[in-house]
Amino acid sequence: MFSMTESTQRNTGTFGVKRGLAEMLKGGVIMDVVTAEQARIAEDAGACAVMALERVPADIRKDGGVARMSDPEMIESIQKVVSIPVMAKARIGHFVEAQILEALGVDFIDESEVLTPADEAHHIDKYRFSVPFVCGATNLGEALRRISEGAAMIRSKGEAGTGNVVEAVRHLRSILGDIRKITQADSAELFQWAKNLQAPLPLVQELAETGRFPVPIFCAGGLATPADAALAMQLGAEAVFVGSGIFKSDEPARRAKAIVEATTHFRDPHILAKVSRGLGAPMTGIGMDEIAVKYAERGW
Amino acid sequence: MGTARVGVLALQGAFAAHAEVLSRLGADVREVRVPADLDKVGALVMPGGESTTMSQLLESSGLFDALGDRLVHGFPVFGTCAGMILLARSVIGGRPDQRSFGAIDISVERNAYGRQVDSFEAELDVAGLNDPFPAVFIRAPRICDLGPAVETLALHEGSPVLVRQGAIIAASFHPELTGDGRLHALFLESL
Repeated sequence: MFSMTESTQRNTGTFGVKRGLAEMLKGGVIMDVVTAEQARIAEDAGACAVMALERVPADIRKDGGVARMSDPEMIESIQKVVSIPVMAKARIGHFVEAQILEALGVDFIDESEVLTPADEAHHIDKYRFSVPFVCGATNLGEALRRISEGAAMIRSKGEAGTGNVVEAVRHLRSILGDIRKITQADSAELFQWAKNLQAPLPLVQELAETGRFPVPIFCAGGLATPADAALAMQLGAEAVFVGSGIFKSDEPARRAKAIVEATTHFRDPHILAKVSRGLGAPMTGIGMDEIAVKYAERGW
Repeated sequence: MGTARVGVLALQGAFAAHAEVLSRLGADVREVRVPADLDKVGALVMPGGESTTMSQLLESSGLFDALGDRLVHGFPVFGTCAGMILLARSVIGGRPDQRSFGAIDISVERNAYGRQVDSFEAELDVAGLNDPFPAVFIRAPRICDLGPAVETLALHEGSPVLVRQGAIIAASFHPELTGDGRLHALFLESL
């Protein structure tokens, strides 16, 4: 007869539980929402999480001015209506916004270049928090610097609010391509890699040794169609963020559901063809030569 | 049982981590996304992730009925976290349209341990294992009721967290995240 000793231990805020939530979001779609109603539509469509914010990046781009953390009341109204994880954005380096978001019980904080940076030299020391952080990156060096500060997930920055996937593709290819090269490098070359990437040597060595990035890598910034989501997944992203692409389109609910299907069945062109049909107009989108501010250049 | 062909439900969630542990143990692992994938496997792991998302994708892919038919006939499944929710008889705190298979006689409450800041790690004593098992609970569901046919294999703070009924094993935590393959081995040995 087995006599059971019952555990009463609870170690919270560990890197294991932070990275663990990132693992749970894999293969899913995280959708930007600005109202409780949109949050409901996103959950109904199969989003694995929502990002609560006051304006989607396309509107932040249009309105200009300083973009800050959302009003706690707005975030709470979204937490009330959905059962999936709720994420929210803090400005780069604004650790007090992050403290407030943690106090609100937000499930993941995005230290985001879409908001106006609060510090031009320092990112948030993410080890000081129990809540996990996701950070954007344009290349492997940036991604590893964010890991060294405690990020539990990395996403490509792409170029948010443009409906144009080209920058997200560039960033993903850069990050994943360099990971592939590092896994082939010999030990002497790793010093040069760390120097060129301006990344901590131990992280570069760990990458070479294990052959894998220490946290999940998701794609964000300009995805607007089911095909865009499947492209990101086939390139090697492990999940996708869709911001303006859903609620700036003609039929958000249908498009949201189609993007969820495309992210799961990303290798099956027949399913992709089926779910891409009759979704109404996507967001208009803008070319990179038409934009005044590149958000991807924010952060260091 | 080194060459069991095991499927991992790969609609959404931590399926890659499960596949890795199973492969390391020598299983022949296949990702399952559509009903035809189920024909190629003799057992299935249902991973953690968002049960609301998975429930919808099960429906749209046709897997809900295909898997439901097999479960009635004793198809072996190991469900963790969201996977356990999908296997349960009843779900508290789910969406009204959320379906579960009713393959194991337990009632579960979603997100019963709180939000992400309350997610935790703990060492568990597990029936049949000599040393404690490192468990990761992420926005975990709690088993609040279980029928007489369900055997409890581990407890945490008075609640069953690892249970078995027939060919079904269900855990409210994530054995795939710690690199400890003993529970996956237990499942493979049962096949």
